[in-house]
Amino acid sequence: MTPRRWIGALLLTVLVGGCAPTRAPTDQVTITFHFSHFTPDRVTVPAGVPVSFTLENDDPIAHEWIVGPPALHQVHRTGTEAWHAGRPNEVSLAPFSTRATTVVFDQLGEIDYICHLPGHEEYGMKGTVTVVPNDGRFATR
Amino acid sequence: MRHVGTLVATAIALITSFAATVAPTLACAGLIGSNGAVNLGRTTTLAAYHDGVEHYVTAFEFLGGGGQFGTLIPLPGIPSSVEKGGSWTLQRLALETAPRRRAFDAALEAAPAASGVQVLLETRVDALDLTVLKGGARDVAAWAIDHGFSLSPDAPEVLDFYARRSPIFLAAVFDGDAAAARGQRVGDGTPVQITIPTPNPWVPLRILGLGKQPSDRVDADVFLLTDDRPALLPVDGSTLRLEHDAVASQQLLDDLRSDERMEWVPTSAWLTKLRVDSRVSDLTYDLAVDATGQGSPSRHAAGLDLAPRPAPALLEGLMDAPSLPLIFFAAAPAALAIWRRRGAR
Repeated sequence: MTPRRWIGALLLTVLVGGCAPTRAPTDQVTITFHFSHFTPDRVTVPAGVPVSFTLENDDPIAHEWIVGPPALHQVHRTGTEAWHAGRPNEVSLAPFSTRATTVVFDQLGEIDYICHLPGHEEYGMKGTVTVVPNDGRFATR
Repeated sequence: MRHVGTLVATAIALITSFAATVAPTLACAGLIGSNGAVNLGRTTTLAAYHDGVEHYVTAFEFLGGGGQFGTLIPLPGIPSSVEKGGSWTLQRLALETAPRRRAFDAALEAAPAASGVQVLLETRVDALDLTVLKGGARDVAAWAIDHGFSLSPDAPEVLDFYARRSPIFLAAVFDGDAAAARGQRVGDGTPVQITIPTPNPWVPLRILGLGKQPSDRVDADVFLLTDDRPALLPVDGSTLRLEHDAVASQQLLDDLRSDERMEWVPTSAWLTKLRVDSRVSDLTYDLAVDATGQGSPSRHAAGLDLAPRPAPALLEGLMDAPSLPLIFFAAAPAALAIWRRRGAR
């Protein structure tokens, strides 16, 4: 590669990197449900830290927010529990309602949150939590 | 006889052969009754515009099963009557272009409903309970939920799409048990005619994808009957194709006029047929029809130039704001929301 191409590649890297959204880990997350989609649909949280989620359903229909490993989602895809309560990672929301929950993510990596009401996942009501190492800025349990 | 020089056009929109391919795993999002079976299909729709009044005829096909299920239909204005439609009008219109082929007072006082929506009219046609509602997207959705139904996940966005142009909706709830008790057989249709005073035609198309998944297809025929050749928007040649464009035959008009409650059919007209063949994800517009003779169908009427969507926190107030201009479009209301009884999951 010629020096000019190296410089071009470097500039491109800087530009792309500069435009990429910064996803700093946080232990305070607000997720809005609007038109049957999650906003944001990607969040980054520190491992081993209680993460407070504020879930705001702005839609005139009910939704749910289930976060967990693939096996949990598979259960909910065929589940019959109409309303979820008592488990912090399984939250049902009535229309125009807000709920708060706190979840601790121990394993690094990505974990999905999905609304499993009929047709909602297929419609795109899905997001991802990226769990990163705690850099010491967040208090653990 | 043609009324030369008049701005009044007659528009007839007929949507037939509405068929969407629904993957089995996505069945929950479709037309679902209390027993989980798909049992109501909107097969044919006709809307006519003449002398400032829209005459809208649609038919709901009974596909078997019990319980209640239904649809929401956006209307361009407040109907003056909702009654049983002609017996064979829709079939006659479809035949024309085949390849070789109880009344209400408009001044009725609105009754408040629990959700904040206004109930303008209520009637029953055979096994169909029909309710005309006035309200924003949230109000109408709340009304449906209050009445024991759940909406498909695309309903919030689609309701918003229509409510930003007209706050009038028709809820059609089909009682499968009543249909069976009446001896209705699978495939039987119930025609309904809605008469709506309104100044200009508009045919909802996006509504046809409601309750479907983005990759599903919508296949529908749209017929227009106007005093003169209409100006349409959009007709892109791919997802919405022009298939017939000619003066309506005298025989067709005479036949239509001879059906029940079809005496309003004009003595001359222009017949247009369009074919919708689109993925649900691509059907993001409606059909605007310029019936004024100006040759300029409205991009707003087609849903192409709606105001940018406000932030979620502002939506409720905006949709309910009385200052929003009500734009009345004559022509076809279409099925908007498809629901099922809660607990049928």
